[in-house]
Amino acid sequence: MNNNGIKEKHTLSLLVENEPGVLARIAGLFSGRGFNIESLCVAETTEPTISRVTLVTKGDMYILEQIKKHLNKLIAVIKVFDFTGSPFVQRELALIKIKAKPEYRAEILRMVDIFRSRIVDVGTEHYTVEITGDGGKIEAFLELLKPLGVKEIARTGAIALAREKK
Amino acid sequence: MKVLQEEGVDTIFGFPGGAVIDIYDELVKTEINHILVRHEQGAVHAADGYARASGRIGVCLVTSGPGATNTVTGIASAYMDSIPIVVLTGQVNTSLIGNDAFQEVDIVGISRPCTKHNYLVKNVEELGRILKEAFHIARSGRPGPVLVDLPKDVMQSFTEFRSNEEVRLRSYQPTYQPNMKQLARVINLIKKSERPLIFAGGGVISSGASNELKKFAKKIHAPVSSSLMGLGAFPASDPLWLGMLGMHGTYRANMSTSECDLLIGIGVRFDDRVTGKTQSFASKAKIVHIDIDPTSISKNIPVHTPIVGDCRITLQKLNSFLAKETMRGLKGIRDPWLEQISEWKAKKSLAYNQKDIIKPQFVVEKIYELTGGKAIISTEVGQNQMWAAQYYHFDKPNSFITSGGLGCMGFGFPAAIGAQAACPDRVVVDIAGDGSIQMNIQEMATAVQFNLPVKIAVLNNRYLGMVRQWQELFYDRCYACTDMEAAPDFLKLAEAYGAVGLRATTPEEVVPVLKKALAVNKPVIMDFLVEREEGVYPMVPAGADITEMLLV
Repeated sequence: MNNNGIKEKHTLSLLVENEPGVLARIAGLFSGRGFNIESLCVAETTEPTISRVTLVTKGDMYILEQIKKHLNKLIAVIKVFDFTGSPFVQRELALIKIKAKPEYRAEILRMVDIFRSRIVDVGTEHYTVEITGDGGKIEAFLELLKPLGVKEIARTGAIALAREKK
Repeated sequence: MKVLQEEGVDTIFGFPGGAVIDIYDELVKTEINHILVRHEQGAVHAADGYARASGRIGVCLVTSGPGATNTVTGIASAYMDSIPIVVLTGQVNTSLIGNDAFQEVDIVGISRPCTKHNYLVKNVEELGRILKEAFHIARSGRPGPVLVDLPKDVMQSFTEFRSNEEVRLRSYQPTYQPNMKQLARVINLIKKSERPLIFAGGGVISSGASNELKKFAKKIHAPVSSSLMGLGAFPASDPLWLGMLGMHGTYRANMSTSECDLLIGIGVRFDDRVTGKTQSFASKAKIVHIDIDPTSISKNIPVHTPIVGDCRITLQKLNSFLAKETMRGLKGIRDPWLEQISEWKAKKSLAYNQKDIIKPQFVVEKIYELTGGKAIISTEVGQNQMWAAQYYHFDKPNSFITSGGLGCMGFGFPAAIGAQAACPDRVVVDIAGDGSIQMNIQEMATAVQFNLPVKIAVLNNRYLGMVRQWQELFYDRCYACTDMEAAPDFLKLAEAYGAVGLRATTPEEVVPVLKKALAVNKPVIMDFLVEREEGVYPMVPAGADITEMLLV
């Protein structure tokens, strides 16, 4: 039944009714049943009565099956997709405030360029960089910036969409 | 109100308060019968008992704050047992929500994990739709409790009533129709099986599939066992009946589960009290699981052939498949299996020896005999519940009313009141313990006021018996805090409420007391002073293999 208990990361995408309490129902389901949420993003879709929740979770096949079934069982959840195992695009966004002393500015700009990120705010002592990508890319970028002095960071969870058939 | 009447609500169990005065003001102008309970927990259990006995939705109405929080235990019990009830709670004015107003509590937040769904009505325009949805959700799919929170100002406003709006929820479409390919697989498994066993649960009762189950079992010559919640789904007088299985299941039911080569679970959820050690549960069998709730399938026990669908529709389909099959020769194949089972039956696992002191089992057996097996039996939780399950033999569904999943003491009496309100012509007996009856004894006043002649049989051992039994078996007889030496005089207590009190202290008095109780058209408490340290057997220690039964 389980794939030898191997825990795998799964990206789930849910279409839910855009009404108060839905997020609490989803979060409550995870905490109440001992499932785990690695990240969670919610926003309205083009249809204002529907929101999309992108949720990254971890578990073996058996747990994942239960998570999906229980999500489907929630009355306010319209549809549950599990992207893992099929082609999909996934992105995260991070805003990183870095100490930007004049002698490091060129170096920072070079890295921003290499990672195809952007500077969105400039001060006398700092840059704020916006970077999107998968979790690994953001981690790698952060590792390189750390020695220069990261002041603050804000990260989103993952958002994802399935790839269309080509 | 109109929605409630349109939904066929004839009875509401409730308790008024500031936030719901407006609703009560309208309620009394309708035909709906209101039963005033003495504690809100009683209202929910009564609505639950009403639903179980009648198959209709039970409704209760309570005020905000403490009224609402008092419903939580009842809601959780109904949720665990998949009972359709609608709980209407009052709420403070919408402008005050979140202000820590007087008698304000976030009941929608509190009840979220123990309701099937819940609502806060923010404006009166939504009220009709939400109530319709609430009833729809409560009764459809896997049934369950739905709570609707009603702020006072919303209840004070008016809107035009729109009738017969059809409920359509894009996010909620339970699967009723089973997958035909899976059904064909099941038919094949049945044909190949030498030792099949049907395991029926509460889903058979809630979907009204008892007749289909009978037909199915007879056609395939398979013995039938059930969970606690499934008692009554299959007639106990039928030769194919094995008794309940699980922790306090019969010897033959548990042995059959371990030895069968095909286990057909219908409307069950393989609870830990049923399976014991999951690794060895029905380990020689292929398991077929029919349930309307996909989350039940392969939750505790890996299933070989899952079928998501309504139990009744699925059994109807299986029966019509089987009608086309010739089952000749099948009986011959099954005979050795059925013989083996009757051998196990010879080990009378429910035998007891009635001597000088009243045995609780004896009381339950006499209740069974004197009511002709036709009563509605509710129970509290603990030993009384298990003895009722073992010694009252149910032939009909919707007759056994017990808090199975939550195991909620104090359930039986208010549930009996609800059942009696639903079925005024039937005898309703609450088989109780001296511990649990005291948890909702205040409802005696309700029973008296509304002349609901519920009979309470207290199996009085002055212990919290089930916990005491565990302490005896697994805790070196250290009876920590389970001795209830100080208890009320139940006879006087009944009289104080205006009910009838009776007592039996010797075995000879049991039958006369019962006869007397059944003859009066009033609520009765019968106090049976039973053997103090009697245990419930067979018993499988928690987490052990279900064949490791402790027998008497």
